[in-house]
Amino acid sequence: MDRAEIESKLNDLLVDELGIERDAIAQDAKFEEDLDVDSLGVVELLMALEDNFGVKIPDEEAEQITTVGEAVDLVEKKLAS
Amino acid sequence: MNRVALVTGGSRGIGRAVAELLATKGHRVAVNYAANQAAADAAVEAIAAAGGSAIAVQADVGDPEAVSDMFAMVGERLGPVEILVNNAGITRDGLVLRMGVEAWDTVIETNLRSVYLASKAALRDMLRARWGRIISISSISGITGNPGQSNYAASKAGIIGFTKSVAREVGSRGITVNAVAPGFIETDMTGALGEEIKSAVAERVALGRLGQPEEVAAAVGYLASDDASYVTGHTLVVDGGIAL
Repeated sequence: MDRAEIESKLNDLLVDELGIERDAIAQDAKFEEDLDVDSLGVVELLMALEDNFGVKIPDEEAEQITTVGEAVDLVEKKLAS
Repeated sequence: MNRVALVTGGSRGIGRAVAELLATKGHRVAVNYAANQAAADAAVEAIAAAGGSAIAVQADVGDPEAVSDMFAMVGERLGPVEILVNNAGITRDGLVLRMGVEAWDTVIETNLRSVYLASKAALRDMLRARWGRIISISSISGITGNPGQSNYAASKAGIIGFTKSVAREVGSRGITVNAVAPGFIETDMTGALGEEIKSAVAERVALGRLGQPEEVAAAVGYLASDDASYVTGHTLVVDGGIAL
């Protein structure tokens, strides 16, 4: 699984599950400030990533995630380890 | 609609009455117990004999790993938990000046930490389903206070604060979170008290008698039902009017 695939899946989740406009999604977009995803929405997104990629994201690491790019980085790191 | 329900401490007392009631409403019920397997098996058999569906599942609900394993097991056998009833509770009564740290910690762990652990585990699936009911058994002790029960009352008041906070956190996702605060109910927990104390208590109750576990279960059944779809963050007092 390469980074592009993770990005593409994450973008799909943002569009399909959270109703975000695809054009608004950027690597440095902040979930809460830029994409208007509430804090529980971020939790749900990370849960969906766990389900889709079969990885486990501990609460402490989940708390650090604020942007789209950081979420992709984390999943990439988890898949590599 | 038939759903999957998990009742912690469901083998005896109020928990068992709740498990039986939810089963009669057609829900598939996981009856959690800590140590008394015979009581849990008896509860499951009684539910089956009445035409309901139930399984027994052992777990120390104050232990994070045990709770995680319990949810995995229930998920495998019945499906994701849709109705969680946090009922498990113990007492270690004593005046605060004579209360040891162990008595404090044990009660907080079993009565309050368990509510956090089980609710957190249940919420993952409830979020996915965009539907869920969490009902935690508090106590009138947590509202009025009770001498000799500072640890128990603190745990039960804690449940009310937890309930209100989580209700606000997840309300937008179709999940309701409520508490039921029983008064003096005839169970093993209160069975140790003498008849004299019981009749003295009954005199303070507006309805003039102690309550039965089924009368608390009925309140839980309501909060778990679609009839309570617009009720969240609430603590429903079922005490026969003792705290008026």
